Amino acid sequence: MSRVTKFAAQDPGPTARMAGFMAHLRENGLRLGVGEAEASLTALTHVQSADPAAARSALRAVCCGCAEDTGRFDDLFNAFWLNGGRVAEKVIPAKTPASDHIHSSRNAEGQEADGGSGAPSTPDGGDGEAEADGEGRLMASLHQAKMKKDLRDLVQPEDIAEAQKIAQRLGAALRDRRSRRRKQARKGDQIHFRKVIRQSLATGGEPLQLPRKQRPDRPLKIVTLCDVSGSMTSYAQVFLAFIAGMMRADDSADAYLFHTRLVRIAEALRDKDALRALGRLSVLADGFGGGSKIGASLDQFSRTYARRFVDGRTVVLILSDGYDTDTPELIGTALARLKKRGCKIIWLNPLKGWDGYAPVASGMSAALPHLDLFKPANRLADLAALEEELTRL
Amino acid sequence: MSDRLCRPDKPEGVLPPPDHPRDIFRQKKQGPDVTYHMLQTAMAEQGYIADDDLAMAIHLALSLGRPLLLEGAAGVGKTEVARVLSAVRETQLIRLQCYEGLDAAQAIYEWNYQRQLLSIRAAAEDGETGRSVETRIFSEEFLLERPLLKAIRQPVPPVLLIDEIDRADEEFEAYLLEILSDFQITVPELGTITATSRPIVILTANGTRDLSDALRRRCLYAHVAYPDRNTELAILKARCAGIEAQLAGQIVGFVQSLRKEDLEKTPGIAEMLDFAAALSGLGINDLTHDPVVLQATLATLLKTQNDRANITTEVAQRLAGKAA
Repeated sequence: MSRVTKFAAQDPGPTARMAGFMAHLRENGLRLGVGEAEASLTALTHVQSADPAAARSALRAVCCGCAEDTGRFDDLFNAFWLNGGRVAEKVIPAKTPASDHIHSSRNAEGQEADGGSGAPSTPDGGDGEAEADGEGRLMASLHQAKMKKDLRDLVQPEDIAEAQKIAQRLGAALRDRRSRRRKQARKGDQIHFRKVIRQSLATGGEPLQLPRKQRPDRPLKIVTLCDVSGSMTSYAQVFLAFIAGMMRADDSADAYLFHTRLVRIAEALRDKDALRALGRLSVLADGFGGGSKIGASLDQFSRTYARRFVDGRTVVLILSDGYDTDTPELIGTALARLKKRGCKIIWLNPLKGWDGYAPVASGMSAALPHLDLFKPANRLADLAALEEELTRL
Repeated sequence: MSDRLCRPDKPEGVLPPPDHPRDIFRQKKQGPDVTYHMLQTAMAEQGYIADDDLAMAIHLALSLGRPLLLEGAAGVGKTEVARVLSAVRETQLIRLQCYEGLDAAQAIYEWNYQRQLLSIRAAAEDGETGRSVETRIFSEEFLLERPLLKAIRQPVPPVLLIDEIDRADEEFEAYLLEILSDFQITVPELGTITATSRPIVILTANGTRDLSDALRRRCLYAHVAYPDRNTELAILKARCAGIEAQLAGQIVGFVQSLRKEDLEKTPGIAEMLDFAAALSGLGINDLTHDPVVLQATLATLLKTQNDRANITTEVAQRLAGKAA
C-alpha cells in the first residue's frame, strides 16, 4: 500500500516531490497531466510555499477540477505531505483471488483510517456496515465474495461494448422530436429566410447561399439509479455493464449507485479506458452488496442531485428489486418529489420476470403510483427489448 | 505604474503608502511578494469577503495568467468576484452572458451588415469602384466587436467574465477553449487579431450540465460554497454598514438555519442581503418581536410557493428563536 502513498521526505528535490504528489493524486482518481504538475510548481513560486495553508489552497486551485475533487483534496493532501498515514487502496485488479480474510481486514483498516476524514469513498456509518458484511459472508456463496472484491472481475470490457450498442439504441428511442421551433441546420427541410437575407447583405443583396432550418432533436437525458444491495448482486453484472455502456454512448447520461447510501458514478464511468473506469467504480462502490436503503437513497437523490440534473427532459431509470429496509412511505414521497420535476420514471425490476410475481414488497407498491413504466429486466436482451416501450413513452 | 501617475485627481503626494493592497493591485504587480492575503484585503475593501481558498485561486489566476472556473450554487457570489476584481484592478469588466444557442456572431464579432449595405448603395451613387468598396466595407470601421474580441483588444488587461458557461452549447465551449489558450481570433476578411493584453478570465458555472474535461483542465478551479456564519456576518457588515450587531447576528443565524431546512430553492447571499435591507427598511431591530412582519419579509428569501408553505409562521419563529 505504500506504493501509493509515498512520503515526501524520501524524494530528492521539490520537482520530484511534486511529481510524486501528482502521481499520488492520479492514483487516487484525479485526472491530472504533466501540464498540471508544471502549473503546480509555478503556482508555488507565486505563494509563500513554506506556509502549508497557502500551499494547500494553491494546489487545490490547480489540481481540482470539480466539486467532488475539492472535497477529497484535503485528505489526499494530508496523506502525502503531512504524513497523515491514510492508506489509499491501490486500484489494481487482483490477479489471483485473495482470501477473504486479507480482504476484510484491508477493508476494515481502510475504513478505520478514513473514519473521521469524510472521504467520499467511505460512508460515514461505513464501519458498522463492513462488520455486518463480514458476518454475512460466512453464509454467502463464493460468488458474492468475488463480487465484493473487484467489479472488474465481474464486468468484462466486451460486455460494455455490447451494452454500449444497446444503450445507444435506447438513447435514440428516447429522442423526442416534438420541438416546435426550427433551428438553423446544415440539412433542413425549410429555407431559413432570415439567414438568407442576412447573408445576402455581405454579397450585395445576392442570395448566394441558402441556409436551411430544421426542427432540432430534443434528446431526453437518461439518469440511471442502480441498486447494488445484497439482494441485487446477481443482477449487478448486467446492470453495471449497461450503465457503463450508457455513459459511453450518451454524453448527457448520468448514473448513480445506491445500497445504504447514494454515490454518483458518472464521472468515474466516463473514463476513456473502460477497465480503469471500472476500477474507479470499485473504489466508489465501497459497501457493494450490503444492505439496501432505497427510500433514503431516492430521497437523497431527489433533494440533491435531482435539483441539478433532472428536468422535464429527463428519464429516471431505477434498477432495483424494491426490497427496502426503510419505511415504504419514504419511497413514495421521494418519487413524488422527483416526479414533480417533470421527469419520467421507469422502474426495472429483475424479479418481475419471475412467474407469479406480484409487487407485494411494500416499497414496490408504494412506488407504483408514481411510475411511468414498470418492467422486468435481468438480462441485456431484456434491456434491449425496452426500445419499443421507450419510443411510446 | 504609469496609470497611477496619470490620474489627475490623486497627485503623487497624497497617495497612500505603496504597500497598501489597493495600490499593489492597481499597479498590476504580481510576484512572490504579493500574497493572497493582500488580495483578500483589497477585495474586502470593495465589499467582497472571500475565503482563503477562493482568494488563493484568484491570486493564482492573476499570477499564472490562467482562466479561473468558479462553480457553486446560485447566489453564492460567483459573478460578483469578477465585478469586484475589476474594481480592485481598476480595469474594465467585459461580460459575456452565455445561453443556449450562443454563437460566434454574438460572442466574438459580427460585420455591421446594414451599414455595409448603405455604404454599397452610397458608393454606387458616388461612382466608386467595386474593388475599393470591398476593401472599405470589410475594414475595422464595419466590424462589430462582441465581448471576446473586445476583451483581447483592450490596451489594459480587462476582466473578462464568461457567465454561466454551462448554459452555452458544447460546440461553443470548444471554440472558447481555442480562444482561452491562444488569445487570438481570426477574422477571415481582416486576418488574425492577436491579444494586445491578456484578459483575466473568470468563468462561472452552476451545474446545468457537466463541463468538458478539456475546459476544466485549462482552468484553475474554485468551488464557492455557501459562506459559514462568520464570513456571512462579515459580508452583511460590509454591504449594510448601518445594521446593528445584534440584528445582523440574528439575520445571519436565521438564514443559515433556513438553509438547513428542506427547501426547493435555498436562499443565497443576495437573498440574505435583500432580507436584511427589507428588515432595516421596515425599522425592525429584533427578529422575534413581530411574527407577522417576519413572515412578510420572508418573501425576500423564499422564492417558490412550496417553500412559502413549508416555512410556516411557527417554523419561522422557531428558527428566529434559535438565531436570537
